[in-house]
Amino acid sequence: MSLSRRAFLSQTLAAGCSLAASPLLTPVAIASAPWENRLVVVILRGGMDGLGVVQPWGDPDFASLRAGGGRRSAGPLDLTDFYALHPALAPLLPLWQAGELGFVNAVSTPYRNKRSHFDGQDLLEAGVAAGGAIRDGWLNRMLQAVPGVEAETAYTIGTSGMLLTKGAAEVAEWSPQAVLAMSPQAQRLMEHVMHDDPLFRDVLSEALTLSASGDAAEMMQAGGMDGSADEMLSGMAAVRQGAQVAKDNAGADHVARFAADRLRGDARIAAFSINGWDTHARQDRALKRPLGQLARMILTLKEGLGPVWAKTGVIAMTEFGRTARLNGTEGTDHGTGGMMVYAGGALRGGQVLGDWPGLSEAALFDRRDLMPTSDVRAQAAAVMQGLFGLPRDVLEDTVFPGLDMGGAARLVL
Amino acid sequence: MSFSPRMADVRFGCGLSPSIAPPETLRDVIARLEGPDKSAMAHPVEDWTTFSKRIADYRSVRRSDGSDKAKARDLRTIRKDTRRDDLRWMGQTLLRRVTTNDGMRERLTAFWADHFTAMGRGAIQQFGAAPYVEEAIRPHLTGPFAKMLRAVATAPVMLRYLDQATSMGPTSDTGRKRGRGANENLAREMLELHTLGVGAGYNQADVTELAHLLTGLAITQEGGFIYRADRAEPGAETVLGVSYGSDGPGRLEDIYAALDDLAAHPETGMHLARKLAVHFVSDDPDPALIAAMAAAYRDSGGRLLTVYEAMLDHPAAWTGPGSVKTPVDFVGSSLRALNVNRLPVRQSSKMTLLLRNPMELMGQPWFRPEGPDGWPEEDADWITPQRLAGRLQWALNVPGVLVERLPDPREFVDAVLSGPVPETLRFAARAAETREEGIALILSSPAFQRM
Repeated sequence: MSLSRRAFLSQTLAAGCSLAASPLLTPVAIASAPWENRLVVVILRGGMDGLGVVQPWGDPDFASLRAGGGRRSAGPLDLTDFYALHPALAPLLPLWQAGELGFVNAVSTPYRNKRSHFDGQDLLEAGVAAGGAIRDGWLNRMLQAVPGVEAETAYTIGTSGMLLTKGAAEVAEWSPQAVLAMSPQAQRLMEHVMHDDPLFRDVLSEALTLSASGDAAEMMQAGGMDGSADEMLSGMAAVRQGAQVAKDNAGADHVARFAADRLRGDARIAAFSINGWDTHARQDRALKRPLGQLARMILTLKEGLGPVWAKTGVIAMTEFGRTARLNGTEGTDHGTGGMMVYAGGALRGGQVLGDWPGLSEAALFDRRDLMPTSDVRAQAAAVMQGLFGLPRDVLEDTVFPGLDMGGAARLVL
Repeated sequence: MSFSPRMADVRFGCGLSPSIAPPETLRDVIARLEGPDKSAMAHPVEDWTTFSKRIADYRSVRRSDGSDKAKARDLRTIRKDTRRDDLRWMGQTLLRRVTTNDGMRERLTAFWADHFTAMGRGAIQQFGAAPYVEEAIRPHLTGPFAKMLRAVATAPVMLRYLDQATSMGPTSDTGRKRGRGANENLAREMLELHTLGVGAGYNQADVTELAHLLTGLAITQEGGFIYRADRAEPGAETVLGVSYGSDGPGRLEDIYAALDDLAAHPETGMHLARKLAVHFVSDDPDPALIAAMAAAYRDSGGRLLTVYEAMLDHPAAWTGPGSVKTPVDFVGSSLRALNVNRLPVRQSSKMTLLLRNPMELMGQPWFRPEGPDGWPEEDADWITPQRLAGRLQWALNVPGVLVERLPDPREFVDAVLSGPVPETLRFAARAAETREEGIALILSSPAFQRM
């Protein structure tokens, strides 16, 4: 990709102008004009243990480091003669076989030695080389660098804000946990009350549309209430039920279904988090839940996107990997080199990429963690370059200041 | 426009209450701010000095000789108790808003806590934000700004949050021994966020020099403040053209001198005046209002009460539709309007379901803003589809749980708004099918959600 920044900007601007002149396209379509491809960024919070997810049984040191953490997996989960997949990701094997799922090994941010979740996640989402005055996230800076982006182009999904998408570019946000369950009369009156305040009126109408696109409100209204008579009377039962619906909706499949709905429409980018990767103890068990969420998320996206899946890239990144050796409680502690998971019809799957540093004690970082061999930001940058045609200088100067993209895998088909 | 009691309670206080009369005059507001902190006594929140004992306890259990199992159990108990108390302090903070006749004190506490955003990290410290505010912010609301700045710059939560606690002068004794240097995080935010403001007349050299000057500010393992001369960069530093310190070892007094000068800087006065006006009055306040407040700051030597008085005394402070309430203001003023003067503060699960989680959905997880620049001020940041849905959902479901018998919406609508009741709202209050929905419509209305 040798487009210069200037040429890129003038091309996309020209495209925007000619589209605007066409009477057949609605203004909404202009918002999506710069690209057809879709990007989903998932932050795996807590530090995913890459070695436990894609297990390098071909490495002579792996078995001794992970003794007690499960046996060599059964044959069908072998990805290559070197790597085997964690059984909880078995539902994704068909994607691997179809070349729509892959992994990049031994990646990391420039974060070293402190191993704090918060700092690690801040750095991953800010996309900068060192902490300090972090104000915006790399996904937002990417949007700022592209003309023609409007609010509906990018969605953050979930209740807590993400630094990843924070910044000057407008990013829509929604949580499937937000449930608007009202009687038709209350809804009519609500619209009436908001009508004269444009901010409240417009946002209410959007909220009602988004809420109706999920099945949450119906579940709230249809579901029978339970709870003690006392609770029923006080209304506490309804609050508990609402919280349960919200909790269910926070699940990866709900989030993915919502994302797929938006991405089939005008949205081009969606971002959300999957938590629960901090597996300090009994990690053969502890990994099952978040891996199950990851698998359901990817499968739900594929199903929900239909033909659009072919134009979609999903990248899932974590703040750091974990220690190579199991600890005394059969878990792993905060480490350094980790793994990026990717999926989607637009990406070249069926492979485990990244230079393998080896697991001998001398090859480990600080004699304890997998040695990082590439910058996870470079992998993300290469995906955006491939999907959206973003020029390298924009990616290296603006989106990830100071990044060297050399050595990133070519993931986009 | 000028002072009106009802508007004073809404725009500069915690909202209207059915049982507590609003301040009658501007003088009343000021006198109450100057008087004793009655709300803090009625609804106590632990201060940092007390809170830090929990950190010391946690540490000593972790280092004790007991069996792993017993230690894990004791640590879990300390964590669980602290988590429960954090929710209790959230409840106390909201109850202060419900029962006070000095509402501006609560609003100012929230304003300055946000101006000096700092969060704890770690098993126990993550719950230390309310104790930090109680000790470093709340006692200094009305005095000279320099005093609050000193308190914050020596507050352990802040020192840790902005990496000052591990910063060392590169040629200090300890810095040389460990091969470590200065971290600029606190110095930069102090100039950019806390005092002069972004874009003011300072440059990178000032940041670096201030970072060197601030070395020595540190925390003890028990979570207290300590000045460590062995980490302080020796020699003088020049910040904004003024030299601090001498050729000798670093001294805390030199840091205080620089903080006092930063507080006295005219750009600081302008920055704080503008920020207060934006917070209390409008996203785009009248420049004359800001000028009057900045002048009061300058002429009083940074005495904050004088600045507030200048704001309340200015006609521009009493015009316009008012800013949208933040979620804490929204929930607090709703509880006050409903006279909810008891909350299940000791029942963590109820506090979480009824207050903590809903405020998170509204975009304001309790004491967890995304960065050191704190919560957004613009209306459009708070009224997004998800966040508005969070407010509506709360207004529909929670008041009925907290209030034994909800008031009649037709009367409630007159009691809780400071301005004239819009006809659309009066109609909705009458036409609602149930009391719950009537109350929800009133609390959700722009007329209530704006201050």
